[in-house]
Amino acid sequence: MNDFFKKTDLTRSVAEKIIDETLLNKDDGELYLQNSINENIILDDGKIKNTNFTKTYGMGFRGVSEDVTAYCHTNSIDKSSLVDASKNIKSTLRSFKSYKHNNSIRRTNEKLYSDHNPIGAKSLKEKINLLNTVDKYLRSKSNLIKQVTASISTEKKNIEIIKTGGLTLSDSQPLTSFKISLIMKKGAKNTQGSYATGGRLTFDSYVNENNWKHVCDEAFRQAEMNLDARKAPAGEMDVVLNNGWSGVLLHEALGHTLEGDFLYKKTSVFHDQIGNKIGNENITVVDEGNISGRRGSLNMDDEGEKTQRNVLIENGKLIKFMHDRLSAKLTKNIPTGNGRRENYMFAPMPRMTNTFMMNGKSTREEMIKSVKKGIYVDALGGGSVDIVSGQFNFTVNNAWLIENGRLIMPIEGATLIGSGPEVIKKIEMIGNDLKLDNGFGTCGKSGQLVPVGLGIPSCKVLMTVGGTKT
Amino acid sequence: MLKEKKELENLASYCIDASTKLATTNCAVKVKNVISETVNLRNKKIENSERSDILSINITTYINKKKSSTQFTYIDKENTNLMIEKCVESTKLLPDNKFNSLPNKKLLAKNFEDLLLFDATTISNEKKLEYLKEVEDAALSNKLISQTNGSSFKQSKSNFIVANSDGLLSGYKKSEFSSFTDLVAKKNGSGMERDYYYDSKAYLKDIIKAKDLGNNAAKLAIRKLNPKKTKTESIPIIFEKRISKNILGILSSAISGSSFARGSSFLKKKMNNQIFPKSINIIDDPLIKKSIYSMPFDKEGVESKKIYLVKNGILENIILDSYYAKMLNKESNGRASGLSNAFFVPGNKSYKDLFDCGKKLILITDIMGAFGNATTGEFSCGATGVYYEKDFSYPINNFTLGGKIENIFNNIILADDLEFKYSKNCPTALVTEGLVVGGY
Repeated sequence: MNDFFKKTDLTRSVAEKIIDETLLNKDDGELYLQNSINENIILDDGKIKNTNFTKTYGMGFRGVSEDVTAYCHTNSIDKSSLVDASKNIKSTLRSFKSYKHNNSIRRTNEKLYSDHNPIGAKSLKEKINLLNTVDKYLRSKSNLIKQVTASISTEKKNIEIIKTGGLTLSDSQPLTSFKISLIMKKGAKNTQGSYATGGRLTFDSYVNENNWKHVCDEAFRQAEMNLDARKAPAGEMDVVLNNGWSGVLLHEALGHTLEGDFLYKKTSVFHDQIGNKIGNENITVVDEGNISGRRGSLNMDDEGEKTQRNVLIENGKLIKFMHDRLSAKLTKNIPTGNGRRENYMFAPMPRMTNTFMMNGKSTREEMIKSVKKGIYVDALGGGSVDIVSGQFNFTVNNAWLIENGRLIMPIEGATLIGSGPEVIKKIEMIGNDLKLDNGFGTCGKSGQLVPVGLGIPSCKVLMTVGGTKT
Repeated sequence: MLKEKKELENLASYCIDASTKLATTNCAVKVKNVISETVNLRNKKIENSERSDILSINITTYINKKKSSTQFTYIDKENTNLMIEKCVESTKLLPDNKFNSLPNKKLLAKNFEDLLLFDATTISNEKKLEYLKEVEDAALSNKLISQTNGSSFKQSKSNFIVANSDGLLSGYKKSEFSSFTDLVAKKNGSGMERDYYYDSKAYLKDIIKAKDLGNNAAKLAIRKLNPKKTKTESIPIIFEKRISKNILGILSSAISGSSFARGSSFLKKKMNNQIFPKSINIIDDPLIKKSIYSMPFDKEGVESKKIYLVKNGILENIILDSYYAKMLNKESNGRASGLSNAFFVPGNKSYKDLFDCGKKLILITDIMGAFGNATTGEFSCGATGVYYEKDFSYPINNFTLGGKIENIFNNIILADDLEFKYSKNCPTALVTEGLVVGGY
């Protein structure tokens, strides 16, 4: 437990007094305090280039009246800074006369991760030795490997939220990440592969010999496969997505459009579709922030609300959006534990946690067999979405051409595009092999990055593939 | 209040002294204070206001060829000492890396010119709101604009000092005023479309007129309404300026010191070779006055100079900091902070002339995803645009654009309409062949 008031002229009781005085005639708000440390060690080009140790320390003070938010943040946790922030909030919100103050929070005692510090789990020396071993292991696989980047990033984030009446909530969030990327070269051709693992469990749960070798092997497999890959086709065709990380498609194509801020702003393509059938009846989509140890999991969100399992789409029917306290209030819903922020420099907003689709009945083999001409996506890259038009795009890292139900050859350079409302109607088959990703997703929204988890069973869907072969 | 130079210098000097006492051979420090105030409006109503005041310290310590760094925002003597100790302890444990060092002393900026990067003017939140109301009034007076997705005005002022144990101690103030609006257009029988417009200037008086901001964004969003799908074909492509700047973006990734030194660029073997047609010249000029992207020196303190990246189509210079310059047996060219005001020298065709190149073509007005991969040299992204055929044109969306980056470089023709708006600037650009549109 962190004591944010130990080394400052600001005492807890004075802080509580200022919070009460600032927020009592506002609808909502809180003081958010953060103290995080992060260690990042990167091996690149056979050398440890640098190690980096970051301490993020500061506070953000928020007041909300109706749909207006005033937010002030600073790295100095002291009395004068808090008083300044209070003045600023009061000035912005001065025109709101009536209010309905709500400081009730849904809490839980459930712990999804232990209070450990992954940074101290191994000494710096041990981590450097490990990265060197990883480098050697990968380079021994093939002399076509030209470049290896391996990194270990560990973080411990301590947060405390103080609401009116001295209501205090705190959490301590560990996070470990181990990443590999490599470049192979054959003739004039460069290919890339990358893979990673991580989450909120102990360091050793992710970075053990079994695991790191698996991460290396997968990155190598991706890069090697593309050495002999041909040009991807272009045009609309059947796409079979493999299970696990392909869930990023669900995250972009549907997840973002179901975030509550886009509901009250009426800018989501689905804002007027609650209760309607938006996809075929095999489709059930869930966002679940309280899965033990996952990268996207949190004991409480960044407003102090407990995280939970939220069924967003059930048997093709749109059930609910994900909310923070503001979007819940404005749309007359209950907060869903999705109010998140990157750090104290930002006010919270509705964000995903771990988002996935439930199992269907098919097998991946059946899907591939059913395709006359299409592609099988073995490793998706990243993507993005325009929530207003619903259009999204993805890069494909690895894929195979399918002809007459058979995998023909690896292809490269493909992009997948589509629009959320159309694609959900075009999911034709859903596999029985739901898998969550390996723990390396990071989602960006309005300049804020947060760790997320995702998952999907294998799926067959009609989409536009952007290749270079007409 | 923005922290004054002296206070930042004292902090920087303290850090250097403290690290020298702990037997480091060298040390570099950056101390930065940024204060910003932002107001957001949505549908003519205030949505939020934000104030940020951050002081941060970034320290890199060297023990001979070992190097480690730390950043922190908890700034009191005790924590600063603790962070430096921790950094030095880490440094000791690291293996030597012969490329680690401070920049060559001879290259450090000594007497640098005032580039007029700081405007002391402030704009109150009330004035920001007035401006934004005018933006949204103008935008919403367009019948097809159904609502705004948010408009914002941000004032940001910063002061920083870079220092090192070789005697570097320099810094300057910067200001940035930026305005932005994001609009939703809707027409009966069609879905919603959105687009945005923004401006960002060092001086408040240079910021775009509120009305123009609103109307420009409105035009862009309305242009996207009632899109059609398009078929898969190979066709000439014209990139609008806000998209063509990405051609310089992908070039800059491919000619970064790290991608050359590490061998990960598809252009790695092209130094002093023809990579564009002879007519193409690309310059990076960090010394343009009043540009928010200008810098008299980079983050290592190395003096910035105007250079040609590409001259008569030939790759002449790459982007170098001290570390990668050393790996490549070169000297830093003051680009540890990347490019500043990079631009394609404009061509001699008018915007209109570009459209006469063929019977049909596609104007790209928006893209989604990365504009190419600097390692593989492949290019593939999602796109939105306008299809031009004979005498008529219509909006299209939901298609992909793919090819090789080389194909873009080799077949590029530039218009004469360059303007400086981004850190990488390109006139409207026609790519005559080599790109494939993926649709139905």
